[in-house]
Amino acid sequence: MRPSKTTTFSRRAFLKSSALASGGMIIGFNLFNACKSEVELPIDLSQLNYNDFNAFIKISEEGKVTIFSPNPEIGQGVKTSMPMIIAEELEVAWGDVHVVQAPLDTKNYTRQMAGGSQSIRHGWEALRQTGATAKQMLVNAAAARWQVEASECTVKEGVISNSKGETLGYGDVVLEAAVLEVPEDVTLKDPKDFKIIGQGKGNVDIDKIITGKPLYGLDYKAEGMLYAAVLRPPAFGQVLESFDDSGARILPGVVDVITIGEKLRAYNDSGKKNWSMQMSSSDKVVVIGKTTWDAMKGLKAIKAHWKIESELESTEDHDKVLFDLLDGDSLKTRRSDGDINKAFAEADAVLERVYEAPFLPHNCLEPMNFYANVTPEKVHLVGPIQTPASAQKVVSELLERDIEDVHVEMTRMGGGFGRRLYGDFVYEAAEISNAVKKPIKMVSSRAHDMTTGVYRPATKYKIAASIKDGKLTGYHLKEACINGNMYGLIPNFFPAAAIENYQVDSANYKSNITTGAWRAPYTNFLASAEQSFFDELAEVLKIDRVRLHMDLLEKAKNNPEPNIEYSPERLQGVLKLVVEKSNWGNTKPGVYQGLSVYYCHNTHVAEVADITMENGVPNVVKVTCAVDCGIVVNPLGAMNQIKGGVLDGIGHAMYSDFGFNNGVPQSNNFNTFQLIRIGQTPKVDVHFIESNIDPTGLGEPTLPPVGAAVANAIYKATGKRLRKQPYMNNMNVSEKVLG
Amino acid sequence: MPTFNLKINNKTHTVEADMDTPLMWVLRDHLNLVGTKYGCGIGQCGACTIHLDGNAMRSCLVQVSQAEGMNITTIEGLSEHGDHPVQKAWKAIDVPQCGYCQAGQIMTAAAFLDKNPEPTESQIRNAMHGNICRCASYNSIEEAVKVASKNLS
Repeated sequence: MRPSKTTTFSRRAFLKSSALASGGMIIGFNLFNACKSEVELPIDLSQLNYNDFNAFIKISEEGKVTIFSPNPEIGQGVKTSMPMIIAEELEVAWGDVHVVQAPLDTKNYTRQMAGGSQSIRHGWEALRQTGATAKQMLVNAAAARWQVEASECTVKEGVISNSKGETLGYGDVVLEAAVLEVPEDVTLKDPKDFKIIGQGKGNVDIDKIITGKPLYGLDYKAEGMLYAAVLRPPAFGQVLESFDDSGARILPGVVDVITIGEKLRAYNDSGKKNWSMQMSSSDKVVVIGKTTWDAMKGLKAIKAHWKIESELESTEDHDKVLFDLLDGDSLKTRRSDGDINKAFAEADAVLERVYEAPFLPHNCLEPMNFYANVTPEKVHLVGPIQTPASAQKVVSELLERDIEDVHVEMTRMGGGFGRRLYGDFVYEAAEISNAVKKPIKMVSSRAHDMTTGVYRPATKYKIAASIKDGKLTGYHLKEACINGNMYGLIPNFFPAAAIENYQVDSANYKSNITTGAWRAPYTNFLASAEQSFFDELAEVLKIDRVRLHMDLLEKAKNNPEPNIEYSPERLQGVLKLVVEKSNWGNTKPGVYQGLSVYYCHNTHVAEVADITMENGVPNVVKVTCAVDCGIVVNPLGAMNQIKGGVLDGIGHAMYSDFGFNNGVPQSNNFNTFQLIRIGQTPKVDVHFIESNIDPTGLGEPTLPPVGAAVANAIYKATGKRLRKQPYMNNMNVSEKVLG
Repeated sequence: MPTFNLKINNKTHTVEADMDTPLMWVLRDHLNLVGTKYGCGIGQCGACTIHLDGNAMRSCLVQVSQAEGMNITTIEGLSEHGDHPVQKAWKAIDVPQCGYCQAGQIMTAAAFLDKNPEPTESQIRNAMHGNICRCASYNSIEEAVKVASKNLS
């Protein structure tokens, strides 16, 4: 098995403590970077230095603990789970801990972002070290006061005891502890002694959420703030030619109508193109209103004329070009083991199948929005963004301002799913405020959010297997994708190392439609394709589906040079667990099961879908899900992520379609774009592998496999193999029902 | 611009707005009652659900002029201390992920249980079908409605 990746810290550098002017102690640490040894912590809380420390613990003289949670909260639960890890090692009662989203000034640090299910995996070691170091300093202070050895002292829920039975609370010694040297070596707890980690802890924002308190970017208000609605080209490939704003200007709530785009074009033309800069270079018309409705109503009154700048693409064109790429000579080989040409030439039989998936919008329920106030003194930005550091840098370059002048604050986010990695809406807000010289909030309507998005790219796979003497000898995966999807590590996922002759190729078509990361990027459809293919392959090989997987994983285990990302042992573990918990193969009459096993985002997952047929329509009634994510930090939050991922995966695999006609998206709201609703959802039954291995993330890994679990179950019920998503649009529901 | 007298959470507010302004934006932008969320603007997602005379309604589809004279309840006024049985159930089950849709879910569930305090599972699924949760916290929503129903009865 591959060793888990750990980060080495220079502890002296990564932690600092200081006595606060207001009383109490502050401990600053840097989750991901060692910070400079000469840097001092501020003694005024309002001056917290996020340049060198990106997270802080404050312990007051009353013994109350405040943890400033560093990472953006998009619904993945880190605002609860990351502080839990600190509180565990600090030895305080969870009830005494208050969690605050760290206010941001995003200079000079890395990974204060949400994406790739990596927050917990990267933060684990640093968060534990921080909590343990702070505890040790408090114990050292108490020991010094008692004139005893620190090793004689014990701590329980923030109270230090010595062997004579005397006690001191953290608050009693906090001022002395703050001036002690930061210890170099501290002992971390044995996982078996964990009291908070492994216990289900509720969302720290729950009271505000259920009572409707302002939390999200859309809820943010500032004195004198106006609202801005942006008219972007209705089709990809179009740019603004001219517009008539007379109908908007006569409306009482409309304050101004302007155009933006110049600054962004200058930025693009300067060659500074940023990875997140996926925006049309068109001018955009902006209506400034007194309220959101005023701005949106004004926007509807704009008469705009658009001209064609580049090709207006349609789904039919994409289908053709992707099929051509799968069979063309522009494929680039990403990994090649053995000799697949020889394996296929010598094969008795070849199984070859094509799998197709459409573009997908993210559809965060909170539409894209951001607050900006550009003044001569500073640029103040507030809102929901997964990548605040990148937004700060681009805005400083766009407006030609010092990076120190650009301040970013993050709000809780009404969903992310990858969309808020891209800062286009932040740059728009900044450019608008810069132009009108007023505080504004840019708010996208649902229609604009859906039709000017950054989409999961449409993708097609061709998968082929060679069979000789009844055995699998070769596996060839080809990907054709709009703009790009496949990257370096994906070819090292299963079944790499399990099949002697193995090759992965990919080719892309460069489109003017913006695409990017969407929940479980790279694998959200790949898993559906491959795990459907293995189901079919097992049938052709006349071998039990579970047996086929276990045997292939055994081969990967025995491969002397596997060069793989996944752990064959851990995949076997989840496979065994899901077979046991789902009653695989022993269902009631009328219930059909499908299996899928997958590794991605460092977590191993196996899922079994149970379906029934009702009037010829498949109904997913249950999904059994076995997960190996190492130590489960917060089981309550983990369950939410796992169940949400499974249901989100089913919804998009079954129902969600998104096409283009002459550059125009074919859906613009939830009346035509179907998201899964409660009546379509099965119960998700979750089982964890018990483990002491360092934890990995859960925001994404349960989504990719579930499409195949459902498709494989539908095959058992109907005899029809589904290879094109969304499945419900591509299955003839009157197909015969097998019995 | 016309003015309207709105009775919201047992208090009367006077607002100046265009006749056709959706009640949702009046609540959010004029009155700072931002618990009522904007999701789709066409009555498809349920994030803006409020109670009008006790009935769950989409506030994005109600014009401010239509709401005069009605008893309007928003999530902020569902209970004084956040302790309506539905809110308590939401907390006990730890329903929210991103949390954005949950005020609308709670308002739909509260109006539904008021009329049908002991619903069957399929009645719950029918009642909640109009509310989208993009994080797909549906298993927990269903469970929380059941818990609230038990606490009510």
